[in-house]
Amino acid sequence: MAEESFLSDDFLRQLINVGEVDILVGLPTHNNAKTIGSVVHAIQSGILRCFPRERAVIIDADGGSRDGTPELVTGISIDDVRQTSNLYALRTLHSISTTYAATPSSGMALRAILAAADLLRAKACVVMSPGSANVDSEWLASLLRPVYRDGFELVTPTYRRHKFEGMLITNLLYPMIRALYGVRMREAYPPEFGFSGRLGSQFLGQHVWSDAASGDDDSVELRFILTAITGGSRICQSFLGDKDHIERRAADLVPALRQTAGALFSALETDFSVWSSVAGSNPIPTTGDDQAVLLEPMRINRKRLREMFATGVAELESVFQSILSPSTLAELQQIARLGEEEFRYPAELWVKTVYEFAASYQKSVISRDHIIQALAPLFRGRVLTFVIENRNASADDVENNIEGLCLEFERLKPYLLQIWKSRE
Amino acid sequence: MREMIISELSQALDELARGFAHFLPRLIVMLILMSVGWVIAYVLRVTLRSVLRLIKFDKLSDKAGASQLLTKAALPSATELLSQFVFWVAWLGFILLGVSVLGIMGLQEQIARFFLFLPRLFVAIFILFFGMLAASFFSRAALLAAVNANVPSPRVLNLAVRTIIIIFVLSIVFEELGLAQHTMLIAFGIVFGALMLGLAIAFGIGGRDLAQHFLEKRFVREKKEENEDELSPL
Repeated sequence: MAEESFLSDDFLRQLINVGEVDILVGLPTHNNAKTIGSVVHAIQSGILRCFPRERAVIIDADGGSRDGTPELVTGISIDDVRQTSNLYALRTLHSISTTYAATPSSGMALRAILAAADLLRAKACVVMSPGSANVDSEWLASLLRPVYRDGFELVTPTYRRHKFEGMLITNLLYPMIRALYGVRMREAYPPEFGFSGRLGSQFLGQHVWSDAASGDDDSVELRFILTAITGGSRICQSFLGDKDHIERRAADLVPALRQTAGALFSALETDFSVWSSVAGSNPIPTTGDDQAVLLEPMRINRKRLREMFATGVAELESVFQSILSPSTLAELQQIARLGEEEFRYPAELWVKTVYEFAASYQKSVISRDHIIQALAPLFRGRVLTFVIENRNASADDVENNIEGLCLEFERLKPYLLQIWKSRE
Repeated sequence: MREMIISELSQALDELARGFAHFLPRLIVMLILMSVGWVIAYVLRVTLRSVLRLIKFDKLSDKAGASQLLTKAALPSATELLSQFVFWVAWLGFILLGVSVLGIMGLQEQIARFFLFLPRLFVAIFILFFGMLAASFFSRAALLAAVNANVPSPRVLNLAVRTIIIIFVLSIVFEELGLAQHTMLIAFGIVFGALMLGLAIAFGIGGRDLAQHFLEKRFVREKKEENEDELSPL
């Protein structure tokens, strides 16, 4: 309840008018006018279809949209859905919008959603991505039902992706979280996830929000997921369907690394007592496919990936000398000399690289943000290897390769512990 | 004649003895000051060394890039160097204080100047250290940004940023020390101007092909690559 002070009076008044709810749907929006209509319709349809008797509210936490997104969220009528689907709710479905800041921050958006859930005593909550063009009404049910009906605290999604999409997840986040925290969670940085009101309130009280208030905490979702893992919450996964193919430019890699690798490395510091005592990993209950893979041909500029890796290794030698061990750096320099066809960044070396980066991040051998930026060219090298290895691979082969990498992360965990302690 | 010589000699010896008797206590005071100064300087060195080790000053020095410079110059670590520096400054201060007790004409003013100069020296060292830190940080930031943006010759950018910051810091340091202020100001202007002009000429004339290649690489290739799928990392 202490968190309500940062909410605006108008937002509080609207929340008081709503009263208590069973289900809360959070939308962290910012200029999503193009897609928000279909997302809200899917949410309304999901509520009518699966939770017609429950008290529900849609909370739009907006980061200063200029395209009328908040007005669209509150203005979309549920009548359209009723007419097309012939479904009826027994309760009023409220839609509230608040602008938490003039500039977007996923941390502040989540904070507003969690505070609203806390005030409304929501039993089950879900955060939906407002930018997804292919949200289905079933997604809402898949993420909420395990919490509302089956007593789970957290539900993360699994998607059907192209084998070469989301490689930061498949080559770093998933295997590293699996090896360190012992939980085989496919999507630890999901755009959509469901959680219990209790878990939300707990995180709201525990998490230090100073970074979020300054707009720097864009990795708060990952922190939320890790808090659930370390707190021993009941977790499950639900298969949602196709993941949007988001057009990104190469320049997006560094922010993505900050939000994932940076947040994870930072969490390792506080969670040391938890992850250092975990051995092996366990699967978590999953509804639907664990990991479905699309195999359509995709054109990838391998030459550019190799070039950027080789340039990075050569130009950043002085930076890597501070982060990596001499043997790892020497091996990377050898790989950088290889041609495109014989190029291979082996799993073992990749894992060692990531672990040495994590240990250096903890010791702050140089600026932490510089450490994360220095990982980008090396990740490109790993991407190239993954692309080469899985060029003609079947879905099973891709899965086997990812599993092999995960096992390598688990096998080398003692190495991380060793360098973590030795550098203290 | 003989008596006169003896008288002059005894007078001279008396004067020498009187002078020595007058000088000896001062000499003893000077020696005491020097000894006490050595002890105080030693204690300062040990204390400072412990404090610097406690706050991991060597790590900070590594980050500033100062350690690399020290290693190249075959000098001890930053902690050791600073401790030694404080030791010598403190002891030198006591030595000069002792010398001033001797009452040697003309030395007093120089000693006073030395003590007035000390705060400026410390400020200059402070500026130099943090200037090196800033140069290291910003040049590395430029290097990383250039590498990740696939800009050609990122090390040139790194070197340019470092050089500009170091020149700027050195000009402030010399100004603080009051050494060749005008010369430094002019030198800074010349070096900075020359650097900018050099870059402009190099890029515009000398590096015409490079510039063409760079622009082609940036725009023509990107146009071509628009047809190729970008990989989404998340």
